[in-house]
Amino acid sequence: MAFGARPDAGSARPQTVASHPVCGGGPNDWDGFRVMAMKSLATTRTGRAVGAALLTLAVNISCAASTLPARWQLNMTPGVTQTARNAYTAHMIVLWVCVVIGIIVFGAMAYAMFKFRKSKGAVAAQWSHNTKAEVVWTVIPILILIVCAWPATGMLIKQADTSNATLTIKVTGYQWKWRYDYLDYEGKPTGVGFMSKLDSESDKTRQLGSGLDPHAVKTGNEATYLLNVDKPLVLPTGAKIRFVITSDDVIHSWWVPALGWKVDANPEIINDAWTLIEQPGTYRGQCAELCGQDHGFMPIVVEAKPKAEFDQWLAAQQAAAAPAAATAAPAPAAPQG
Amino acid sequence: MATHAAGHHADHHDDHDHKPQGFWNRWVFTTNHKDIGTLYLVFAFIMFCIGGAMSGVIRAELMKPGLQLVEPYFFNQMTTVHALVMIFGGVMPAFVGLGNWMIPLQIGAPDMALPRMNNWSFWIMPFAFTVLLCTLFLPGGAPAGGWTLYPPLSLQGGSSVAFAIFAIHMMGISSIMGAINIIATILNMRAPGMDLLKMPLFVWTWLITAFLLIAVMPVLAGAVTMLLTDKFFGTSFFNAAGGGDPVMFQHIFWFFGHPEVYIMILPAFGVVSEIIPTFARKPLFGYQAMVYATASIAFLSFIVWAHHMFVVGMPLGGELFFMYATMMIAVPTGVKVFNWVSTMWKGSMTFETPMLWAIGFVILFTIGGFSGLMLAIVPADFQYHDTYFVVAHFHYVLVTGALFSIIAAVYYWWPKWSGKMYSEKWGKFHFWWTIVFVNLLFFPQHFLGLAGMPRRIPDYNVAFADWNMVSSIGAFGMLCTPVFMFLILWHSKKHGAPATQQVWEGAHGLEWTVPSPAPHHTFTEPPVIRAQDLAHGDPTH
Repeated sequence: MAFGARPDAGSARPQTVASHPVCGGGPNDWDGFRVMAMKSLATTRTGRAVGAALLTLAVNISCAASTLPARWQLNMTPGVTQTARNAYTAHMIVLWVCVVIGIIVFGAMAYAMFKFRKSKGAVAAQWSHNTKAEVVWTVIPILILIVCAWPATGMLIKQADTSNATLTIKVTGYQWKWRYDYLDYEGKPTGVGFMSKLDSESDKTRQLGSGLDPHAVKTGNEATYLLNVDKPLVLPTGAKIRFVITSDDVIHSWWVPALGWKVDANPEIINDAWTLIEQPGTYRGQCAELCGQDHGFMPIVVEAKPKAEFDQWLAAQQAAAAPAAATAAPAPAAPQG
Repeated sequence: MATHAAGHHADHHDDHDHKPQGFWNRWVFTTNHKDIGTLYLVFAFIMFCIGGAMSGVIRAELMKPGLQLVEPYFFNQMTTVHALVMIFGGVMPAFVGLGNWMIPLQIGAPDMALPRMNNWSFWIMPFAFTVLLCTLFLPGGAPAGGWTLYPPLSLQGGSSVAFAIFAIHMMGISSIMGAINIIATILNMRAPGMDLLKMPLFVWTWLITAFLLIAVMPVLAGAVTMLLTDKFFGTSFFNAAGGGDPVMFQHIFWFFGHPEVYIMILPAFGVVSEIIPTFARKPLFGYQAMVYATASIAFLSFIVWAHHMFVVGMPLGGELFFMYATMMIAVPTGVKVFNWVSTMWKGSMTFETPMLWAIGFVILFTIGGFSGLMLAIVPADFQYHDTYFVVAHFHYVLVTGALFSIIAAVYYWWPKWSGKMYSEKWGKFHFWWTIVFVNLLFFPQHFLGLAGMPRRIPDYNVAFADWNMVSSIGAFGMLCTPVFMFLILWHSKKHGAPATQQVWEGAHGLEWTVPSPAPHHTFTEPPVIRAQDLAHGDPTH
């Protein structure tokens, strides 16, 4: 079951569960209950606060938000690759396991604190053993752990295979920017490579005491403060892409949440990873390993385009790079996908 | 035995409450486990305030998007030193202080096995932290590469690197000496009848923790020494251009680092295992299972270190092994939680302040354990690693875990130490205030991590602003709490009701057989242990 990325759902447009394209449903008994519940939630002040929180919870927990993080976001999103969906699935499995165990354990504690109080006249038992219980609560957690580990193992095995990629990208971390080199595409070297650093509007705004408002840094109608770059990494959708990742100085880490993984960029070492992006769009990430003062200011932007558009883009880059010019043609403005 | 080196006041064995006269004799030259315990606890309290102030700077900057207060480089110094101070200056010395005070009392020993070494173990610490904190005033500032000191970044620091490494060496020597003392004391100085499997669980957890300390503090010393020689003496342990490997540092560091976090939590398990039976008026459920679970956790802690390194580029087999081994720790830890709940079950509970903190520990530490289990699942960890999800996890286990247990222990044993009761009303106020603000502070950090906010950044995209604001409000509320505790204890010392010897109706153990306050010297003759003095294992068991 795939939740598609919804790049335009990120701003503060109010959403109700009923109107949400993925979560909302048609008329049924649930609607009747909901109307009644909402009435009581709406008529008291606490009810209104609880109602607002529940709504946010319901919408955020179950449905994919935009590829930009959402305000008040509660949960991971499923992303746009199988790897990202694997991460989301593994996360949800273990989260629900923990929620259920928590309800049982904390429920038992709450019951005990209510029932076995001295002030209610409880007299303490003196037993301190129960072998059957102890065996049960040792064996059952082991089984639960196997249930969590089994799918995770399958996911890891599949994610380890970086072979047979159409495109190979070399990612190099610098203090404090990234370099992308398109090493080869469809078996041929491309000669395309460029640096990618924090966009200048974010950079001006983030200076200490700049007086500029981070909320005003926008790309289109999206607030992209510290999540935008001057030259994004453009990739084709539907093709397996292999990354070889290294660093020029200290350890960095390349992370785009929508792709579902991060890998450290270690100096003088090459790590590899792969992705296959299913949907065109703009996906944003950040460096994820402390690398010095501007660790928080070297974001990543991936623009995924359908193959034909990507081929066009790449050809344009090669044409511009051919005379070995220092300045490449400016990348096309990020579409809203 | 009656005479010592010049300047040292002779012991008077016939007067058990005769304390050394004068500040220097009493506090600087002390060899008394109670006074050394007090010194460690006072030191830890000061360090918690200093580390807390740094977290105040961090949360003040993170309250809103944009940079308002500090430059990013200083922010990194704050995060680095905050962690070093809290771990090495706060949590660890506090547990050593509790151990010093209570282990001899609980096993019926007159003092620690090596009292002079005990003194030196403590007095190294203020010097080590003076060195560390003074690096803030050096050109180039304090270390700013994270408390984990990964090279090459940590080697980009200036002279602060050398001073920080020196300070860490001093702290390590203090810990190793302290651990030797604890093992020697517990193995050799138990009163007759205090068999190992009758000892209070607090003593057991400290015994096991001491072995962990001896095993891993030298590894940290090795790791930071290699950093030192890489920076100043031309070696290339972690420099690939010279034939070394930056990732090897991480392996060595985390081989220390993972047992280190169990060093910080096992004594907490011991404290809670003392408090809950007392206020449930019921014996600890599954005492032997608790001992074996603690030992299992300690053993497992040695084989899971690379779960801090899942994204470093490990081979598949390594990732799988460390995932499975890490998940296994949930089993003995779960056994402990179930045993605490079973101790409460069918008890006769009252909820004095120590019990509140202990129950808070069980609930909130378990939440931290849940996020730990989630972090163990590698495909999911690819999204959690180096985000605020990790920050939330470790603050739950360390603040609502270790720190809550330390506070619980102080309230629990304070009447025995001082002879005075604290104000129950204000103790409860302290607890409930903390519960509200600590959860406001750390729970939203789970959401921030899941939404994609990395850690160790001073500024962030506006989408993260809302939960960061909530978290910062929680932080400012938390900054009040050491003040509350200080005032509560100060007021108790000055005006508190006198404490009885038993103090708590349901308490069992040798420490409750001595007067309140405990005389300066106790158990100068080994006690005769009666069955009712033992919390565990009556003579027929």
